[in-house]
Amino acid sequence: MTIALRTLDDGAWISVNDSREVGVSDIWTLPAREFCGCETPHVMLEGFSGVDLRGVDTHVIADAVGMCIDCGTRDGIESLPVGRIVEGEFKRYEPESVQSPSVAAVSGR
Amino acid sequence: MPTDVEEWKDEIYGTDIRDHIERFAEDGWESIPDDEKDAWFERFKWYGLYHQRAGQESYFMMRIGPPSGVLEPGQFRRIVEIADEYARGPVSNPEFGNGWLDVTTRQAIQLHWIRIEDVPDIFEALEDVGLSTVQACGDSWRNIVGCPVAGKDKHEHVDAQGLADDLHDTFKKNEAHSNLPRKWKVSVTGCDEGCGQGDINDLAFEPAEKEVDGETVTGYNVRVGGGLARNEPRFAKNIDVFVTPEQAVEVAGGISALFRDHGDRENRYKARIKFLVDEWGAEKLRNVLQEEYIDFELETAGEDLRHSYSYNAGDADGKHDHVGVHEQTDGNNYIGLNVLVGRLGIDDGYEIADAAEEHASGEVRLTQRQNIILTDVPDDEVDALLDNPVFDEYSPDPHPFQRGSIACTGSEFCSLSIVETKNRQVRFSRWLVDNVSLPEGVEDFHIHLSGCTASCAQPQIADVSLRGMKTRKDGEPVEALDIGLGGGLGENPQFASWVADRVPADEVPGAIENLLGNFDDARRDGESFREFVAARDDEELADLVEPEETSYEDPFLHNTKRTWYPYAEEDGFDDSPAPARADGTPIPSDD
Repeated sequence: MTIALRTLDDGAWISVNDSREVGVSDIWTLPAREFCGCETPHVMLEGFSGVDLRGVDTHVIADAVGMCIDCGTRDGIESLPVGRIVEGEFKRYEPESVQSPSVAAVSGR
Repeated sequence: MPTDVEEWKDEIYGTDIRDHIERFAEDGWESIPDDEKDAWFERFKWYGLYHQRAGQESYFMMRIGPPSGVLEPGQFRRIVEIADEYARGPVSNPEFGNGWLDVTTRQAIQLHWIRIEDVPDIFEALEDVGLSTVQACGDSWRNIVGCPVAGKDKHEHVDAQGLADDLHDTFKKNEAHSNLPRKWKVSVTGCDEGCGQGDINDLAFEPAEKEVDGETVTGYNVRVGGGLARNEPRFAKNIDVFVTPEQAVEVAGGISALFRDHGDRENRYKARIKFLVDEWGAEKLRNVLQEEYIDFELETAGEDLRHSYSYNAGDADGKHDHVGVHEQTDGNNYIGLNVLVGRLGIDDGYEIADAAEEHASGEVRLTQRQNIILTDVPDDEVDALLDNPVFDEYSPDPHPFQRGSIACTGSEFCSLSIVETKNRQVRFSRWLVDNVSLPEGVEDFHIHLSGCTASCAQPQIADVSLRGMKTRKDGEPVEALDIGLGGGLGENPQFASWVADRVPADEVPGAIENLLGNFDDARRDGESFREFVAARDDEELADLVEPEETSYEDPFLHNTKRTWYPYAEEDGFDDSPAPARADGTPIPSDD
């Protein structure tokens, strides 16, 4: 099955099969010290610059720009898992859960 | 590799979209195929229709763009009538009720809650009075901005309205310029006050004089590559070209074609012409323009009038905006009226249309500061017109905190915005008026609130710039604002310096109060706020911004983007009535 993935409206959101699934302004939790010096970085996504599928579990991964709401570090984020495709349907990850390529791959979410 | 958007545009774009809009309108929202929605919504932008954000599916924003914001007699009333009939939402906004029009920073009007089924009737009603939504959004010539009092202004150097109209007539529905790599924003300034704000546009015509063949000729200098979006602000660069009004359309077409052919179609984030100017420089751009796109020899730049620019220019002499009663060249007057954050209620719109028709010509003009102007008011009608109670709210003499307030659409409708804006800015201004005194001599103080880095409220060119962000307060994430200082236009434009990051929104009014107090204490005699900021480094300025809780209360601190509508009593996505059929009944999900 072909999955249509794209970012639209100046990177405001990720479209999966022509449905708006993930938007900016949510705060995503990243692994300890991976994004900034904070013990647990809480990063607000300001814009998406790319989206792709990865792996046999068909994780949907996004490139984005974000800022840690605690320390103010702003940086690009590559390959942030934002959800996965299950039987052709997109299942969004909860931003509050810790997201990283490795964490998402083994979590079985 | 071309983007999806480029592929969709290659398939169908420009005027061909109209038939499809009519088809979908006839058959209803549900007739838009699920796997074609992204493509169609991208194309609809060309006709001024922008799908509202998540939670508001099937509702559209509609933008109407009159060149230089000039609404001829009858046109403003028609827009109010359309808003009255078609732009009502499922629930009310606590500050603005249900039904309004938004004046934008590009002299356009935006309506919300528009349904696709109603669009053909709206197009017909607009076209009946000579208005259009064509190219109001999308990758093409956007609404041409310029002096809103062109043709009537004592400060006019050259007829900017004539050129704005010529550009509009030439490049709207022009197949060769319909599909550009990205949006294309053009400004025409004709006055010596700089109110066209050319510096922040992709292409700017600015008044100038040049000696040609022994004669002094009046025309325009040309600048290219301005823009504010995405943390990449640029002022347009002088490309050393002077044009007469007769040459201006051809040169505009040449630069538009250059952008069409050389702009980046593989990366939409690097597609605006400002990035091409970065890469090439002004000299190469001029050379390519001359060699590949223009058949006559371009003149070098003439003598400009930038030294006298006062519009949004800090403490310079002259006008900072168009608010107030001003004499026209013909002895009549124009009256600039403050529209707080650009939002004007429908009932008020009817009152204003009535007043303009009874006491003046009925013409209404829109400014880049989200205000309106009534033109052609005879001396003996000024008082009678302003006696109408509606002008207590839409005042020609507003408090500086309200006169200076601009806000973008924000998270109420916009996908990209991070925070709520318009209601918040209204509440900010109300609190500031009630609680804060401006330092002596400060009569203009511009506060621009933009919900994100797209910068639709032009925050970088304000005295106090506010930009949507998030922070943590008392352990919880809250909506916040970055604070910048000292931006403005004029002879030497300056972007604001961002000196305080992630200030919780409820502490921003206190920060502005403390900032103004510190400014008053430390300024030299007569020093303007912009001069005060320019004389200090960011660290010193940051110390002067002291965020603080006050009596101001902010009802929008939570994540307003996680609602279907921030002001609904039941605001969760599951409570959304969207998508809805034409009669407003929700369409059940397939799940």
